[in-house]
Amino acid sequence: MQAIAVSGLTKSYPDKNLGTRLAVDHLNLDVKSGEIFALLGPNGAGKTTTVEILEGYRTRDSGEVRVLGQDPGALPRGDRSWRSRIGIVLQSTMDAADLSVRESISHFSHYYPNPRSVDEVIAAVGLTEKAVAKVRTLSGGQRRRLDVALGIIGRPEILFLDEPTTGFDPEARRSFWELIRELKNSGTTILLTTHYLDEAEALADRVAVIANGKLIEVATPATLGGRHTAQVRITWNENNSERELFTDNPTSEVAKLSELFGGEIPGLTVTRPTLEDIYLTMIGHS
Amino acid sequence: MTPSILRIGVLRGGLEIKQFFRQRESVVFTLFFPIMLLFIFGSVFTNTIAPGVTFSQYFVAGMIASGLVNTGFQQLAIMIPIERDFGTLKRLRGTPMSPISYFIGKAILVTVSTALQVAMLIVIGRLFFGLILPTTSERWLRFAILIILGSICSTILGIAFSSVPKSGRGASAVVSPIVIILQFVSGVFFVFSQLPSWMQHFAAIFPLKWLTQGMRSVFLPDSFAMKEPAHNWEINRTLLILAIWTVIGTFFAIRSFKWSEK
Repeated sequence: MQAIAVSGLTKSYPDKNLGTRLAVDHLNLDVKSGEIFALLGPNGAGKTTTVEILEGYRTRDSGEVRVLGQDPGALPRGDRSWRSRIGIVLQSTMDAADLSVRESISHFSHYYPNPRSVDEVIAAVGLTEKAVAKVRTLSGGQRRRLDVALGIIGRPEILFLDEPTTGFDPEARRSFWELIRELKNSGTTILLTTHYLDEAEALADRVAVIANGKLIEVATPATLGGRHTAQVRITWNENNSERELFTDNPTSEVAKLSELFGGEIPGLTVTRPTLEDIYLTMIGHS
Repeated sequence: MTPSILRIGVLRGGLEIKQFFRQRESVVFTLFFPIMLLFIFGSVFTNTIAPGVTFSQYFVAGMIASGLVNTGFQQLAIMIPIERDFGTLKRLRGTPMSPISYFIGKAILVTVSTALQVAMLIVIGRLFFGLILPTTSERWLRFAILIILGSICSTILGIAFSSVPKSGRGASAVVSPIVIILQFVSGVFFVFSQLPSWMQHFAAIFPLKWLTQGMRSVFLPDSFAMKEPAHNWEINRTLLILAIWTVIGTFFAIRSFKWSEK
């Protein structure tokens, strides 16, 4: 089943020099129900514009958009049922500083017809010890966890996550990823925008690369940009200098080298391109 | 079942009040500042301005009127741009909360802070500055109508004006001078009839002048009405002008309200 369906989405903004600037250019996207889908792209690629159109924050110039079967740009006046089914975690907010974590989450739970349990959500985002602390006393990472708690309290079918782990330390990122996986396991569809390639690789079922408002490719992290069929790079030391070769048959190449050296190959490395290598090539900054 | 708009609005009101009292600046700025002014002016000007009318009596009437402007217009026109900057409004817009619930919450906040401020001004005025309270039910009724209509007008204008400041940080600098100037020209700090006539005409465009005059009709003897520009209290005209401003404010509030900067 399709959670999000986008075809021919186009959006331009007024621009001082150009008259108008095309932010999103005939974009097609399909996100399946229950998957984690990552949108990758450099700053200004059109990620946020696209997501804000899907969230119903922005209007579009043309194209078809369906989120849970509903056009976010043509919500019936006063209709709240569609918004009850989606959850949004925005980039940066600093509101509700004088409320406690529990007060904030509990208040938002009243907006939804079938909310999750407040204490369960607090536990799920790892804020149990901070439940009675004022929001203003939270660290950046804790603040972000509260944002996620507010995004999931309504038991959304789709969760939009906009650069969720910016400013996290490595440990906080790991436990955040665990939380996102648990949400996926409970059936939530997740649309993630990020510029951390390792995050996309760790979480996403599929990734889409966007540059200059255009979709470049959609694939699994392992196959993006022909990554799975790309040549393997082998490096080793010979006569005090580093040698390298690219091959489709790394095992036999290593065996040949091993024969040449009569056993151990000095300084041997065998690497496939990382998602980052592939991504940088795709957006033209390799 | 989706929770009702009214119920969420009432919950938002409770939340707004909780946040209001937890912010020391807002409590001091909104509630205690007018009391401090009352102490300063009430202690400096101990004269009578007309037979049986002390300056304090005149001043409390004006401060109650300007209290309506402080807790409605000034409070909201400063607070909403800050909420816009902080992302509060954008976050709320992304939930199933109806915008109507948000405005119900704000109206509850204004109602509670107005009631508190008016009560404090009357009690302090009575205890320390010999404030004489109205004795007829007609005057109390007029008082209630002015408070209710004045609050509605002030709240709506605050919401309408909230799209004027470009940032939350600058909101106070844009809004506060407007309120202070209006207080000076509308007969809050000075006796209105002693102001130059061009200033009186200028002030008559805005609601505060009419609110102060209305409050004088509640707290001052009818003999004082002769000193007003029209030589009477002009109650009907006051209500008409407040109603006109409320309609204009509603039009702009609906048309120009911004949930986010972009």
